[in-house]
Amino acid sequence: MDKLDREMLIKIADLHETPQGAYNIRKNGQGVERRSTANIEIRTKEDKPGIDIIVKPGTKGESVHIPVLITAEGLDDLVYNTFYIGEDADVLIVAGCGIHNPGQKKAQHNGVHTFYVGKRARLRYVEKHYGEGEGTGERILNPQTFLELEEGASAELEMVQIRGVDSTKRETKARLGKEAHILITEKVLTHGRQTAESEMEIELRGEAAVAQIISRSVVQEQSRQVFYPRMSGYCRCRGHVQCDAIIMDQATVRAIPEITAYHADAQLIHEAAIGRIAGEQLIKLMTLGLSEKEAEETILEGFLR
Amino acid sequence: MLELKDISYYPEGEKNAEAILKEINLVLENNRFYVITGPNGGGKSSLAKIIMGIYRPSSGKIFLNGKEITDLSITERARLGIGYAFQQPPRFKGITVEKLLSLSCGCSTGSECLGAGCHYLYDVGLCPKDYEKREVNASLSGGELKRIEIATLLSREDLRIAVFDEPEAGIDLWSFNRLTEIFERIKQKKNLTTVVISHQERVLRLADEIILVANGRIQENEAQAAFLENIIDTCSCRKECQERV
Repeated sequence: MDKLDREMLIKIADLHETPQGAYNIRKNGQGVERRSTANIEIRTKEDKPGIDIIVKPGTKGESVHIPVLITAEGLDDLVYNTFYIGEDADVLIVAGCGIHNPGQKKAQHNGVHTFYVGKRARLRYVEKHYGEGEGTGERILNPQTFLELEEGASAELEMVQIRGVDSTKRETKARLGKEAHILITEKVLTHGRQTAESEMEIELRGEAAVAQIISRSVVQEQSRQVFYPRMSGYCRCRGHVQCDAIIMDQATVRAIPEITAYHADAQLIHEAAIGRIAGEQLIKLMTLGLSEKEAEETILEGFLR
Repeated sequence: MLELKDISYYPEGEKNAEAILKEINLVLENNRFYVITGPNGGGKSSLAKIIMGIYRPSSGKIFLNGKEITDLSITERARLGIGYAFQQPPRFKGITVEKLLSLSCGCSTGSECLGAGCHYLYDVGLCPKDYEKREVNASLSGGELKRIEIATLLSREDLRIAVFDEPEAGIDLWSFNRLTEIFERIKQKKNLTTVVISHQERVLRLADEIILVANGRIQENEAQAAFLENIIDTCSCRKECQERV
């Protein structure tokens, strides 16, 4: 890996050196480095591109890093990664994709991640997307994330688009069993003429399942974002959808939360708010000595933190 | 020394509106503790915002230690050591108490800042461990937010003129007791001029000088005496307050 690769790994996975624990680094459509551990096995899929990650039941406090780097133009990378999280395991998975497009042709990565989270297992998943490059070619990232949570399982997903991604279509679906819990935090920044669409579909199928979606969007310049979270309750369950967007310049943002109850004991709430940075917030930070630009950056950094 | 000369202020975009401030002339000497009081809608908060640069005067000039600052921005005034605590502080999603204090202290890290800013949280009745990682958002009550606002201003190392806009508003009695103790300590500080907008008799009692603002004007001695007699009629410190007028 060269300097550029290392810099992107820091951005998308906070990796300053070879990660502890299991990892698989993919670059320009090829696996370049991998390590399995005693409790976490990473296998190449035989029927399609991608890997299976098998976490043994009861595995505690271990992590898996699976970053993807694209540094060539004209690449259309498609990968299927499937995660089997054993019962009672507690694991951190750090994904993320960085595209450095040096040319005129588009560079694209479509990552399809499927999680099977066993009974009482706990998953924490962090995914960061970032684009850069001197070329004019588009940088496209289309993640699809599917989760099945068994009884008592929990998942916390933090999915962030840092900046530099010209187009993204994000799809996240989850199905929750009895007493399962999911928290999805999605933060997306778009600028220039970028577009971002995010669809989520959460099904609360098991008794006492709990789901929470938090969406934070910053939409700058002429960019456009659409966020469409749907949550359905089929039994006694609780769900909350919260969408907040900061709109700037000539941008456009749509937030269309939808909640559906198929049971009288399903408690579902949605909130959505779109607005520019409040003037009083800027003034407050300026009274501390920050310039208007520094105040704006501080507010956006906090909002997307 | 901060000097306001012939300051008038009309609300922006409202033609033919009555002036909120009318030809205000005021000198705030260094290292003194001023309390601005007066009836609601009299122009007190507008005057405080004029000092901070949040409002621009429609006419008149402002001087800080002899240099004109009328056209300086909020940021520029802050960098000269002027600070302002909001009557209704804004909330921020994602910005923690620790971060806000670090911005105020000018410290590069939160932990560094908490060394300096931590005791100000204690002073306003908040346990730093409970609050440092909390976001300054809607999860905080109005009173908590207000206390954090005061701590933020006090933690500024470079503060030379501190303006508090009704610091007691929304604060419970116990915290108010602490607040008056803080103001008592502030009075001992060197190189700090304090301006507090307040209606509270215990704050009025701390003043080196009380300034009465009503109907957009600073009221002269006779009017002040009559007003204060009215608002602090039952106050135990009535005599002391009147002597400060």
